[in-house]
Amino acid sequence: MTISIGPVASRGHTPTPDQLDAFRRVQQLTYAAAESVAGELQAGMTEREAARRLRRRLIENGADDWFHLPFAWFGDRTAFRGFKVPLQFFPTNRRLEEGMPFVLDVAPVVRGATADIGYTGGLGDNPALERVCDDLAAYRALIVDQVRRRRTFRQVYEAVDALAAYQGYANRHHAYPGHVIAHQVLPLAESPGVGTTFGFGRRHLRSLSRSIATGRRQQWSPLWSGDRRSDHPPVNGLWAVEPHLGLRGVGAKFEEYLVVTDDDAYWLDDDLPHVRRWLSRGITDVGAR
Amino acid sequence: MTARGQRSVVGSGGLLLAVQERGRTDGPTVLLVHGYPDNHHVWDLVAEQLEADHHVVTYDVRGAGESGVPDGRSGFRMEALVADLVAVADAVSPDRPVHLVAHDWGSIQAWAAVTDPEAAPRFASFTSMSGPSLDHVGAWMRARLRPGAGRWRQLANQSLHSWYVYAFHTPLAPLAWRHGLTRLWPVMLERREGAAVDRQWPGASLATDATRGIGLYRANIFQHVVRPKPAHTEVPVQLLVASGDAFVTPELLNGIEALATSLMRRDVGGQHWLPRSRPAQVARWVSQHVAAVEAGARPTGRLPTPVVVVTGAGSGIGRSVCLAFAERGAHIIATDLSAATAERTAELCRLLGATAEFHRLDVTDGAAVEALAAKVGAEHGAPTVMVNNAGLGLAGSFLDTGDDDWEQILQVNLWGVIRGSRAFGRLMVDNGEVGHIVNIASAAAFTPSRTISAYATSKAAVLMLTECLQAELADRGIGVSAICPGFVDTGIAVATRYVGVDDDEQDARRLAADRLYKRRRITPDAVADAVLRAVDRDRPLVPVAAEAWLGLLAQRFAPRLRRAIARIDLTPPTSSRAEPADVPSR
Repeated sequence: MTISIGPVASRGHTPTPDQLDAFRRVQQLTYAAAESVAGELQAGMTEREAARRLRRRLIENGADDWFHLPFAWFGDRTAFRGFKVPLQFFPTNRRLEEGMPFVLDVAPVVRGATADIGYTGGLGDNPALERVCDDLAAYRALIVDQVRRRRTFRQVYEAVDALAAYQGYANRHHAYPGHVIAHQVLPLAESPGVGTTFGFGRRHLRSLSRSIATGRRQQWSPLWSGDRRSDHPPVNGLWAVEPHLGLRGVGAKFEEYLVVTDDDAYWLDDDLPHVRRWLSRGITDVGAR
Repeated sequence: MTARGQRSVVGSGGLLLAVQERGRTDGPTVLLVHGYPDNHHVWDLVAEQLEADHHVVTYDVRGAGESGVPDGRSGFRMEALVADLVAVADAVSPDRPVHLVAHDWGSIQAWAAVTDPEAAPRFASFTSMSGPSLDHVGAWMRARLRPGAGRWRQLANQSLHSWYVYAFHTPLAPLAWRHGLTRLWPVMLERREGAAVDRQWPGASLATDATRGIGLYRANIFQHVVRPKPAHTEVPVQLLVASGDAFVTPELLNGIEALATSLMRRDVGGQHWLPRSRPAQVARWVSQHVAAVEAGARPTGRLPTPVVVVTGAGSGIGRSVCLAFAERGAHIIATDLSAATAERTAELCRLLGATAEFHRLDVTDGAAVEALAAKVGAEHGAPTVMVNNAGLGLAGSFLDTGDDDWEQILQVNLWGVIRGSRAFGRLMVDNGEVGHIVNIASAAAFTPSRTISAYATSKAAVLMLTECLQAELADRGIGVSAICPGFVDTGIAVATRYVGVDDDEQDARRLAADRLYKRRRITPDAVADAVLRAVDRDRPLVPVAAEAWLGLLAQRFAPRLRRAIARIDLTPPTSSRAEPADVPSR
C-alpha cells in the first residue's frame, strides 16, 4: 500500500487555543468527578450503581451530552475477561469486593467540549494492580515520544504491543471495538445533545462517521489501531489515547488527550490523577512536558 | 522394645477380633483398618515400612479373616463396627490415643468413629483412603439434585461408579463370589489396579471375606445415605485422594473438608488400592502426618501445592502459562534461556499471590536439565505439572535448510521436550503423587507445509512422543497432553529464522508474519487456558485455534485437501515499506 505524504496540515483538525483550554477544563472536571465517585465506592456496590453515580455527578457539573455514557468495570471485568460481544462492556450487577480493581471510563460533553477519560483504582490492597498502574507510566512516555518522532500510528501501536509483551502484560485495548488504542475527538457545537444510541452520543457518532469518511479519502483513520488503515504518519488533532493492560484478571488503563500538531505532540494536561500518582511514587519518566 | 504377634480382643457383642501387632511399642500407635473384600493382609506392605518407627496394629474387621462372624445383617451395623474399633484401640494403646489409617470400608467406619463424640478422643489422627463418610455421601448426593454447575453430571458419574453397591443389594453378588469371581479378582487387582498381589493377599479367605462382607453394604448404605446426619470431628484428618479411583471418584470427596476442623487433602495418582499399589508412598504420607500431629501441628489445606515447571517461561505462551497457574496459587518454577525474562515472569507470578522462582535454563543442555530436575526433586519432591514449552521457529525451503539449522531446531523443539519429559517424568513416577506433563506442540504437527518443513517435523515428533508417553505413564497416574495452538500472537513470529534469504528480507518476513499473527487475535492467554483445561480434564490433545481444529479434521477426513494446502506458500507477502516498530530489547 502506498501512503501519500502530502502536506500534513491539510489532514486532521487543529484546535484553537480556546478550544484546547475548553477541552482541558472538561478533562479536569471529568477526572475530578471520577475520582470523587471512586472515593465513594464500597464493597457490595454494583457496576451499575457506580456508573449511575458518575453520570449524575457529571450532569451536576454541566455535562449536556456524551461521547459515551459511563462504563464501570469491577474485578476481572477490568481485563475484559471472557468478553465476546460488545454488550458485555456495559455496566452489570457485578459487586465490588475488597481487593478488586475497578475502572471508570466516561466521555461527557460540556458545551461542545468533550473529555474521554479512564480512571483505574482498587478497593483495598492489590499489589498486582499497583504494579500494572506503575508500569503504565512507560506507555505515556513511549506514545508521545513515538508520535513526536513521526512514526506511523500503526508503528506506535506495535511499539506499545512490544512493550506490553516485554513487560508481560496482555494488550487489552485489543478488545475494544475496532481494536483501537485511540480515537480522534472533534469539538461539537455548543448546543446540548440529541440523545444517545447504545450509550454513545448521536452527535459524536455522526461526527466520527464523517471523520471516517474524510479519513478514507485522505488515507488516514480517526480510529487508531494496529491495522493497515492506521499505517500513516500522525494526524493533527486531539486524540483520546487509552492504553489498557491486563495481567490475568487485573486490568488497568488511563485515557487522556494527546495533542498532535504539524511537528510536535504533547499530552494536553499533565496534572491528572494517574500522573500525580506516578510522581508521588518517584516515577518521573511519564512523558510530561 | 519391639512387638510381633497376634492376640484376640473382645469386640462389640462379645465377638472375638483377631488383632496383629508389630513394630516398636514405644512409638506412636498406628491402627490400620482394612476395607472390603480384604482382610488385614492388605496392609502388609505398608506395615513393613512403618514398623521401624511405629507401633503398628492391624485387625480383621468382623466377618473377615480370622475374626468372629456376627449373626445376621444387624451385626454389621455401624455402631458395632465403631465399638470394635474403639475396643481394639483400648486394648493396644490404653493410655494414648491411636493414629487411624483406613482404607475403603475401613475408612467409612473410621469416619463414623472420629465423628462420634464419644469415640473421637481415642484417636489422635486419621488418614483416610477411598472411603468417605456415608453421611457426607448422603449430603453430597442431595446437594447434587439441584441442576447447574455440572452437578447432575457428577451425580450420574458417581452413580455409575457405584454399580457394585446396587449389585451387593441383590442375591447375585454372593453367587458371583462363589462362582469364579474369586479367581478373576487377583488378576483384576494386578492388571486394572496395579496392585501387588501375593500369597497372603487377597489370599485363601477371599471368598468368605467377600460374601460375608456384603453385610456391610446391606446394613449401612441405605440408612446413612438416605438419612444423612450432620457430622463433625476435631481429629486431624489426612485425606489421600487417588485420581484414578474407579469406585470412589475424587469428586465425591469434594466438600468432605467441612467434616473436619483440620483436614489435609493430598491428591495423589493411582487407583483404589493405594496400600497395595503405592505402599512406600502411603507409609511416607502416614509417617509425615503422624509426626506432624505428634509434634502438635494440625495440618490443614491441600497438598501438594501444585508445583509447575515451565520452559521458555520468559515470554509468550510460557509466560502466560506461568501466570495462569500462579493465579491458582501454584508454586511456579519459571525457566528460560534468558534469566532476565524468567525473572520478570516470576515477579509477575508473585504479584498474583503465588510463590515463584526462576532459573536460566538452556533446554539443549542435557546436564543442565538434569541438574534442575535434581534441584526441584530435592526441594519439592516432584513437580505437579511440567510444561515443555520452549521452542523455536524456522521457515524456508527444505533444500536451503542446512545441517546446523536442523540441529538447532531439533535440539530445542524435540530434544528439549525429550529431556524435560524424561527428567521430570522420572521425578513424578518416583514421587507417586498426581502429575501431568504438557508439551506445547503445534498445529503444524499435523498440517504439512512446504514453508516450514523443519519446524513441522520437530512438532510432529513432539506430538508422537506425547502420545507414546501417554500410553506409558497412564498406569502411573501421570497424564500427558499435547497442545496444538495455531497462529498465536507471541514473539515466535519475530524470532523465526528464515533460511535462504538475506537479513533485510528476513526482517520484512518476520514483520509480515507478526502482523498476520496479530490479526489472527489468538492470545497466549487462550493457550494458557487450554493448558489448564488439559491438566484439569486430562485431555490427550488440545487444539486451540480454529486452524488447528481444521488441520486435525483435514488430516483425518481430507488428506487430499491437506496435501493441496501443503503446497501453497503461506509466507505472507512483505510490504515494501516494512519498517518494524521500535521493540524494546528482548
